[in-house]
Amino acid sequence: MLKSLAISQKKYEEVSRTKQIVLGVVFILIGILIHIVFTSKVDASMTTTFGLNPGGQEKVLPDWTMNSYYTLLGFSAACIVLGLLQIFVGLKQWTNRILGILIGLFIFGFLIWGAAGKSLNLEGLLMTTIQRAVPITLGAFAGILCEKSGIVNIAIEGMMLSGALVATIVASLSHNLYIGLIAGMFTGLLLAWLLALLSIKYKTNQIIAGTVINIFSIGLTSYISARFVQQYEFLNSPGTFPIWKIPLLSKIPIIGPVFFQNSIFVYAMLVLMVVIHVALQKTRWGLRVRAVGEHPKAADTLGINVFKTRYMAVLLGGLIAGLAGAFFTLGSVGRFDKLMTSGKGFIGLAAMLFGNYTPAGSFGAGMLFGFADSLGTRLSILNVPIPAAFLLMAPYVATMILLAGVVGKSTPPAADGVPYEKE
Amino acid sequence: MKNDKTEKTNAGQVLVKEIKKELSPKAGKRSVWRSFLIPFLAIITGLIFGAFFNVITNVEVYTAFGRSFFEGLSFAWNTVVVSYTSLFKGAIGDPKLIATAISSGDKALIIKSLEPFFESLVATTPYIFGGLAVALGFKAGVFNIGVEGQIFIGASASVFVGYYFTGLPAYIHIPFAFLAGAAGGALWGFIPGWLKAKTGGHEVINTIMMNYIAFRLNDWLLRGPMRREGTFQPVSPEIQVSAELPRFFPDPSRFHVGFFIAIVFIFIVYIFLFKTTWGFNLRMVGSNPSAAKYAGINVPRNIILAMTLSGALAGLAGANEVLGVNHALFVAFSSGYGFDSIALALLGNNNPIGVGLAALLFGTLNNGATRMQMDARIPVEIISIIQAMVLMFIAAPAIIRTIYRLKDSKEKDQTMAATTRGGK
Repeated sequence: MLKSLAISQKKYEEVSRTKQIVLGVVFILIGILIHIVFTSKVDASMTTTFGLNPGGQEKVLPDWTMNSYYTLLGFSAACIVLGLLQIFVGLKQWTNRILGILIGLFIFGFLIWGAAGKSLNLEGLLMTTIQRAVPITLGAFAGILCEKSGIVNIAIEGMMLSGALVATIVASLSHNLYIGLIAGMFTGLLLAWLLALLSIKYKTNQIIAGTVINIFSIGLTSYISARFVQQYEFLNSPGTFPIWKIPLLSKIPIIGPVFFQNSIFVYAMLVLMVVIHVALQKTRWGLRVRAVGEHPKAADTLGINVFKTRYMAVLLGGLIAGLAGAFFTLGSVGRFDKLMTSGKGFIGLAAMLFGNYTPAGSFGAGMLFGFADSLGTRLSILNVPIPAAFLLMAPYVATMILLAGVVGKSTPPAADGVPYEKE
Repeated sequence: MKNDKTEKTNAGQVLVKEIKKELSPKAGKRSVWRSFLIPFLAIITGLIFGAFFNVITNVEVYTAFGRSFFEGLSFAWNTVVVSYTSLFKGAIGDPKLIATAISSGDKALIIKSLEPFFESLVATTPYIFGGLAVALGFKAGVFNIGVEGQIFIGASASVFVGYYFTGLPAYIHIPFAFLAGAAGGALWGFIPGWLKAKTGGHEVINTIMMNYIAFRLNDWLLRGPMRREGTFQPVSPEIQVSAELPRFFPDPSRFHVGFFIAIVFIFIVYIFLFKTTWGFNLRMVGSNPSAAKYAGINVPRNIILAMTLSGALAGLAGANEVLGVNHALFVAFSSGYGFDSIALALLGNNNPIGVGLAALLFGTLNNGATRMQMDARIPVEIISIIQAMVLMFIAAPAIIRTIYRLKDSKEKDQTMAATTRGGK
């Protein structure tokens, strides 16, 4: 074990020089791309205006206007300089952070380019972003809990879908959103229990167990939807959670309206991010979960109940997936439609990988993917010759690039996906 | 990587075992029956569960129970009989109609009475290709969960060749369009295969990502470059008549030659897997990659090959649908084939012939469900529920054994052997 670890460490050192150059070239390419593509249709007289206030509310901040051409030129120069630095000096431990900044510059440059000669409400864009990010991020959290304990969960999509349906029906019948929310979460829990049963007790291949739950959920929700929910309107009118403005915090310009002027789901996401991080990293329970995910045999030898720990983690993951499902109906559109999750569970999985199995990273990835999503719906108002479909593809392509290990890397727990046999 | 050490020690042993297995393919008839027993019981249990589910979600059953217990019971029973009868009629045909048609001897009438059966075969065809695609991957130890996306890309490529090229004779145009479909799917399988072999990126995640990329790409193609002129609907132009797969009977029958092409492919895949060196290498990589490596087999190349071939088969499913059935491409036309194909591969124990039979079952059920929806007002999606149950029972045979108190077989379930390896 140790020996192989040392070897892989050595390999990592060896490739880091090539990686340094590759990344440097990538940085420079980003710079060139900004220069060639973005500045091509922009002349020096154009300005871009970003609105910084949410639509329909009083203006707190003035609009932010900048010269499109020179700003883009500056971005492109910064990218090239950093790329050269990376190749000849090496940015060492700063590399990934710089890469993040460059991607940020690239996206910002994209917006400046798209809105050149126009104005774009940045605040509105960010507010949509967080709405789109909620199910993705919560899905990623569900994935983290399962995978940290060593159970691969590709059934998040199914859990969400079922959670959304049950939350709608229960909330509609009880006229109480909270009861609906809890019901949705318990639906996720129930399906997670099935996943745990299949993969822990019956030692089924976990991908297949996930597929079972996905097919089952798609069938079940579509069936119930066609037979009851679409026919009887009283089953499909749960209403949505109100927006709670958090006093003081919601007054902060820019950040306030985005984070602190939202429904319960956004707050749940923010709280869960902290709670899961602390629970996994700072508590005895979290240590056990991680141990079980990394080396179940060693954990077992130390007296940790592997099965029980895994059950617990998967069930908690299911609760969160159910919460994410409830968001689709109770937190967003207020009614259930067939297949309404449309792959958000799988993007959640991608966000989890992107965030390298950490809650904060997954939240960041969820925001990034949510941003791509919300930008995709507004692309028509920008003068950008890129079809929205390609922007919507970006999260998946980015995840594949990440998994290929060219840029950054994502390390799954060592025993992820491997059933544990007690001897 | 983790299991390397244990696998290395018995690499030679496994190699010998594999070769021995190769020498005696008929390893006892009893195990053949055994391998049929679990799928059979799984299907029966799935259908029983479906019936039960159908009853408990029927409001009228509860009102009947409200009147009296026996009335409720008989009503429930009646519901099940009516729905499964209409399922049968929709899938195979009305026995009475068939009997009168045959006794009358009128050819047109016979064909008309057997129409549901032929329609079931039409529904079976893409399942055969999809199931074969997943099974071939499983045999090589790769989990192709991206059949959905490969079908999309295959169908897009195929429909493009179908409508873009004019003036070709059918005997060139059809194979050309089929090949384009296979190439499209193969590309979509090659990418995750290459990524797995070269970078270790797990194919499950990558194929899931590729599914969504394919979906978006497809959406863009149909709204942009491939949109039919004069419409605002996201639909491709109709393919040329020369690219349409020949149909056997006059309209409205859709039974086309694709079904027999699929049958041919069952045998091609069978022969490839079990009678060629390439197939042997592929299976070797699937059953034990370390042993394969020690035997001098190029593991990465075989993984790429398996994913590419798997993608090509899935692409054929897409080509078959556009050339044989729809004659054009719509958005999201294949939703569900990807997951169902996994179920098919497992139900057929990754054996091409078994996959063919499983596809026949799924095709029949799905086709019959349409009739059931019309006659008994039961949503078609109940079939998905039944399929999920069947898949669960196949994947966890212990559940079936517990229900039917079967003896635990000493031999490990082969279905899983190829797939449990790897995880993520």
